[in-house]
Amino acid sequence: MEESLPGRLDRIRDTGLSAIEEAGDAPALEDVRVEYLGRSGRLADVLGSIRDLPADERPGVGQLGNAVKQALSDAFDARLSSFEAPDAVPSVTDPTLPGRRQWRGGKHPVSLVVEEICDIFRELGFTRAAGPEIETEWHNFTALNIPLDHPAADMHDTFYLDEGYVLRTHTSPVQARVMMNHPPPIRILAPGLAYRRDPFDASHAPAFEQMEGLAVDEGIDFVEFRAAIDYFVHRFFGPSTRTRFRPSYFPFTEPSAEVDVSCRICDGSGSSCSACKSTGWMEIMGSGMVHPRVFEALGIDSERYTGYAFGMGPARIAMLRYRIPDIRLLYEGDVAFLSQFSGGAA
Amino acid sequence: MNVSVNWLRALVPGLDSSVSELADEMSLRAVPVESVMDFGADLDDVVIGRVEAVEKHPNADRLTLCRVDDGSGQPLAVVCGAPNVEVGALYPFVRPGGTLPGGFKIESREIRGEASHGMLCSEKELGLGADADGIMKLDGEYAPGVAFGEALGVPDARLELDLTPNRVDLAGHLGVARELAAAHGLETTLPDLGARWEPEWVDGETAAAAAGVLVEIESVERCPRYLAAVVRGIQVGPSPDWLAARLRAVGSRPINNVVDATNYVLLELNQPLHAFDLDRVDGPEIRVRTADGESLTTLDGEVHELGPDSTVIADRTVPIALAGVMGGAGSQVTAETTNLLIECAAFAPAHARVTARQAGLSTDASYRFERGIDESGLETALQRCVELILNVAGGVADPQAVRAGRIPGSKAVVNLRPARVRQLLGLRLDADHLKKLLEPLGFEFPAGQETDAPGRAVLQVGVPGWRRDVTEEVDLLEEVARAYGYDSFPQEPRRVRPSSVPDDPMWLRRDRVAETMATRGLYEARSLSFVPESLTARDPVQLKMPLSSEETCLRTDLLPGLVRRLEHNYSRGRRDVRLFEIGSVFQRVGAEPPFAEQVRVGAVLTGASSPSHWSGAAGDLDLWDLKGLAETVVEGLGLGQLGPGEPGDWPGLGGWLVPESYEIVRDGVIVGRAGQIAPRRVDSPPWAGAVFGLEFELDAVALGEPILYRELPVLPAVPRDLSVVLPETVTALQAEDVIRAAAPETLESLDLFDVFVGEDIEDGQRSLGWRLVFRHPDRTLTDGEVETAMASIRTALEGSFDVRFRGS
Repeated sequence: MEESLPGRLDRIRDTGLSAIEEAGDAPALEDVRVEYLGRSGRLADVLGSIRDLPADERPGVGQLGNAVKQALSDAFDARLSSFEAPDAVPSVTDPTLPGRRQWRGGKHPVSLVVEEICDIFRELGFTRAAGPEIETEWHNFTALNIPLDHPAADMHDTFYLDEGYVLRTHTSPVQARVMMNHPPPIRILAPGLAYRRDPFDASHAPAFEQMEGLAVDEGIDFVEFRAAIDYFVHRFFGPSTRTRFRPSYFPFTEPSAEVDVSCRICDGSGSSCSACKSTGWMEIMGSGMVHPRVFEALGIDSERYTGYAFGMGPARIAMLRYRIPDIRLLYEGDVAFLSQFSGGAA
Repeated sequence: MNVSVNWLRALVPGLDSSVSELADEMSLRAVPVESVMDFGADLDDVVIGRVEAVEKHPNADRLTLCRVDDGSGQPLAVVCGAPNVEVGALYPFVRPGGTLPGGFKIESREIRGEASHGMLCSEKELGLGADADGIMKLDGEYAPGVAFGEALGVPDARLELDLTPNRVDLAGHLGVARELAAAHGLETTLPDLGARWEPEWVDGETAAAAAGVLVEIESVERCPRYLAAVVRGIQVGPSPDWLAARLRAVGSRPINNVVDATNYVLLELNQPLHAFDLDRVDGPEIRVRTADGESLTTLDGEVHELGPDSTVIADRTVPIALAGVMGGAGSQVTAETTNLLIECAAFAPAHARVTARQAGLSTDASYRFERGIDESGLETALQRCVELILNVAGGVADPQAVRAGRIPGSKAVVNLRPARVRQLLGLRLDADHLKKLLEPLGFEFPAGQETDAPGRAVLQVGVPGWRRDVTEEVDLLEEVARAYGYDSFPQEPRRVRPSSVPDDPMWLRRDRVAETMATRGLYEARSLSFVPESLTARDPVQLKMPLSSEETCLRTDLLPGLVRRLEHNYSRGRRDVRLFEIGSVFQRVGAEPPFAEQVRVGAVLTGASSPSHWSGAAGDLDLWDLKGLAETVVEGLGLGQLGPGEPGDWPGLGGWLVPESYEIVRDGVIVGRAGQIAPRRVDSPPWAGAVFGLEFELDAVALGEPILYRELPVLPAVPRDLSVVLPETVTALQAEDVIRAAAPETLESLDLFDVFVGEDIEDGQRSLGWRLVFRHPDRTLTDGEVETAMASIRTALEGSFDVRFRGS
C-alpha cells in the first residue's frame, strides 16, 4: 500500500533532520543537502506528485511540503554555519584588531603637481620634453634674446661654471632645444630643476622645480594663449577660479604677461589674507607670445609661425595647493612630511 | 621704485581715483605694484608747536624742560629728550589727550619730578620716516596750532612699483603719470616751480663753452650729450618742508636744498642730475673721458681705483665724478658752497654699466643710465632743476648754458601692420583704433600716411624719447595689447594641432620608476644638487661662486645626498625610513662639453621590514629585503642582470657600500649597484637599523620592448624537491648552473626554498633545497621521465661537487 503524501513528507522531515544532524563535516552535509533538497532529491520528488492529488487536497499538502522544505533548509544552514565558525573566527575573536599591512610609499608633492599639470596640458596636445641642467650660455640666454651684458641677465643670479656654461636659470632653454630639433606644430612642457643664487629660506631655494610650456604653430594668437591658460587654471584650481593677466617683461616673449589666479585661501576677497598679502590674487606664471627674435635665432620663420610660452613653479604651486608654509620642507626628505601626500584624495 | 600718490595727482590734474584703484590700474596696465603704504594718516591730533624756551631738566642730564606754544595762547610745559630741540623752532606736537599714529595716547604726566603736558615728535613716531635721532624740525613758516598734516602735504600714499627692465621710464613720477593719464583720458602737466629760466644754449658737437665753463666730450659714443648750467650766489640750507615732504613720501632722505632739488627732478622727470661746487672744479672745465689709471673718492667716502674702461667727469686735472654713477667728494656741494655747476647729461647704457660695475656701485643714476634715459628731455630737466634751485636756494642763474654733444634727431619710427596685430594678438583693429590706443601713451602717427590695400597697410609710428624700449614692431604690439587691456581680449576657443614632439623617453622612464618605487613602499625625496666636496666621487663639478663654503660641488651620486636625508629623519627620531630620488648627477670630463650629466635613481632603506603587527614582530630590513627590492626593480624595469659585485668600478659608489654588494649589468656594462651602506658613512643613532642603498642609471630602464603572449600551461606539472648537502664554498648560483645544464627542457622552474645548517650537517657544509617543476607543453610527463631527469641532475651535481643528497 502506497504511503500517503503527508506521511512521506513527515518521514522526509524526520530522516532529513537527523541526517543533517549526523553529517560530520561540510562535504557530508552537502551530500545530505543534495539527497533531500536537491533538484531531483527526495523532497522534490514528493512535491512533484502533489499535482496528481485531487484539487481540494492540494493546498493543504502543498503547505505542508513548504513547511518541511523550510525546516530542512533552516537546519541545513544552521549546521553549515556550525562547521564554518571554528575555522573563520580567529583565535582572538576581536574584528577590530588591525590588519597586517605593507609599508606605504608615495610620490613627492611636487611630482604630483607636475604630473597633474602635464595631464591637463596633455588634453591640449602637449607632450613632455627634457634638457640638461648644465646649459650653455647660448641656450640659457642668447637664444632666448637675453644679451649677456643686458640688465635682464642680472635678474637671474646665475651659478656660473666654466667659460660659457651655467646651471640653467630657468627651464626655458629646453624651448630652444626643442625648436632646433622639431618642426612646428610644437606643444611641449618641460618640467625640471632650475638654479638661482637665492639664499635657502622659507620661500626661496637655490634649486627649484620649474615648468616651461611652449606652443608654436601657424595661427596661434594671444586669444588662444589666454584660452589655453584659462583652461589649465580652471582644470587645476577649479572652475570658479578667476584669472588675471598683467603686463610683464621677459626677453623671450612679447607681449609678456604674468598670470594671477584668485586666491584659494580667501577666495579672492583679500580680506586680511596672509597667503595673498590681502590682494586676493596669487601669481602663478610668467608667460607671453614667443618673441620673433627667438624664432629667428632658432631658424623658425617668425612671419609664418607664432606661439606662446609660459613658465611656472610647481614647488610654489604645490605649496599653494597643500598649504605648505616653508619651501624647505620640500627638500628635507622627512618621511613624516612625505607620507602626507600618498593618502586618498589629494 | 616708490611713487607718491600726491605727487602723481599734482602731475595729472583731475586724477581723482582712489589709491587702491590707481594701484590696480598700474598693475593691470604697466608694472606690478608690490605694496601700497598709506602714511601720515592718523595725524589728526598732531599740530605745529613752537618751542619758546628751553631749560635743563633739574633731575636728568639728557632731558630738557621746554615751553611749547601750541596756538592756544597758553604755553605748555613739556619735558623733551631730543638733543636737537631749539628755541624758536617749529616741531610736530601732540597735546595731552591726543594719540600718535599707531594709537599711543599722550597724557599729562610727571617725568623725573617735572610735569609734562604733551609731546614733541620725531619722524619715526609719526610714521613718516626712519629718523628717530631727534624731533622733526620744520623749516617753513607756520602758525603754531596749525594742523600738521595739512601743512606737510600728508596724508599721502606710497606705491612701491616693481619695475621691469624695459620700463625704466616708470622710474620717474611723470612716466607713471603718463600711464595713468592715458588710462583716464587726462593730460599731464608740470607744476610751476616758482621761477623761470630760459637759457641761451651754446652748442658744440664735442666741446662748447658758456657761462664761464668749458665742456669737452671725448667720445659721444660714451656720452652723447652733456648740458651744464651755472648758478651763482646760492645759499645751501635745509629744503622747504614741501620739498622735504615730497622726498620723504617716496622714502628718500632730505639732505640739503641743492641736492634735494636735483633729486626732485630725478624723481619727477627721471633724469639724473648732479650739482658740483663750481669753485672746486679746476678750470672750470668739464672733460668727459675715460679714466687713466686714476683714483677717485666718491661722495660716499669710498676710494675707487678707476678701471680702464670707466667713464669719468674730470676737471682740468683730475676726475671729479664717476660718469652717470656718483659724484666725487672733492667737488661736492657743502654748507659753504655758493656757486654751482649743474650737470644734466646722457651716458650710453653699455658704458654706464661698465663704469658702475667696475666701481662696484649701483645708484639711482646708474640704474637709469644703464637702461636708457630720454635724451630729448635734457633741456627740460636742466631748466626745471635750475628753476627749483633758484626757488629753494636763491642765487642767480647764468643766462647761458652749455649744450655739448649730439642734438637728438627726429623720433624713432617703427612700422606697425594691422594685419600683424590680427595675426599675433587675434584682434581686428583698424588704423584709427590703433591710433586711439597708442596716442595717449605718447606715440605719434605722422599725418598723410598711405593707406595701402586692406590687409597690407603699414602704419609708421613715432616713438617718444622716453620709450627707448620700443624699437620694433613687436614692441608696439605689446603696447597695443596693454592699452587694449589684457583682460579685455575676447574669449574664443581655437583649434589646436597636437605636438610633433613625442614624450621624451626620460619622462616615460621616470613614470615607471616612480610608480614602481612608490608601490614598493618608498617615498620620493628631492634633495638639492649641491654637496660638499667630501661627498663627491672623482672629478666633481665645482661651482665658481657657491652659496656656502661647504656646499661647493654638484653631486656625483644620489646616495650620499639620500643618506643626509636619512640622517635628518634620524634627528627627528624616525627609524623606519625608505626614500627614493630621481635626479641628475654631474661629473667633469676632459672633453667638450666639459661636463657629463646623467639622470639616476637612488634609494635608501632602513628600519622594520613591514609595519608592526600584533601577531608577531617584523624583523628589520636585511640584505635579502634589499636584494629582493633590487631583483624586483631590475626585472620589473628591465634593467639587465643583478649579480654580486664589489663596489668601486661604477662611478661614485666606491666606499659607500660594503664590499658584499650587487651590481646591475646591462649589455656588459655596469649601470647600477645595490647593497648595505658602509656603516661609517652614516651618522646613525644607536637605535637605528642597518641601512641599505640602491642606485642605477635611469637610461637603463627598458622602454617599448614588445610583450608577446605565451600559451598558458594546461597540462599538469610534476614537482620534485631536491635537497643537497654541499660545501659552503659552492654558491647557490653555481649549483643552479649545474642543475640547469643537466636538466631537460621540460624543467619549467627551479626555486631555492631552503638553506639549512646544523643537525646532521657537517661543519663547512650546508644543505640547499630546491623545488623543481617539470612540464611538457604537449603531453603529460610520466614519472619515469621525471625520475630520469632527476637522476641525471644528481649525477651532474655529484660530478661537479662533493655532494650528499638528503631525504627522498
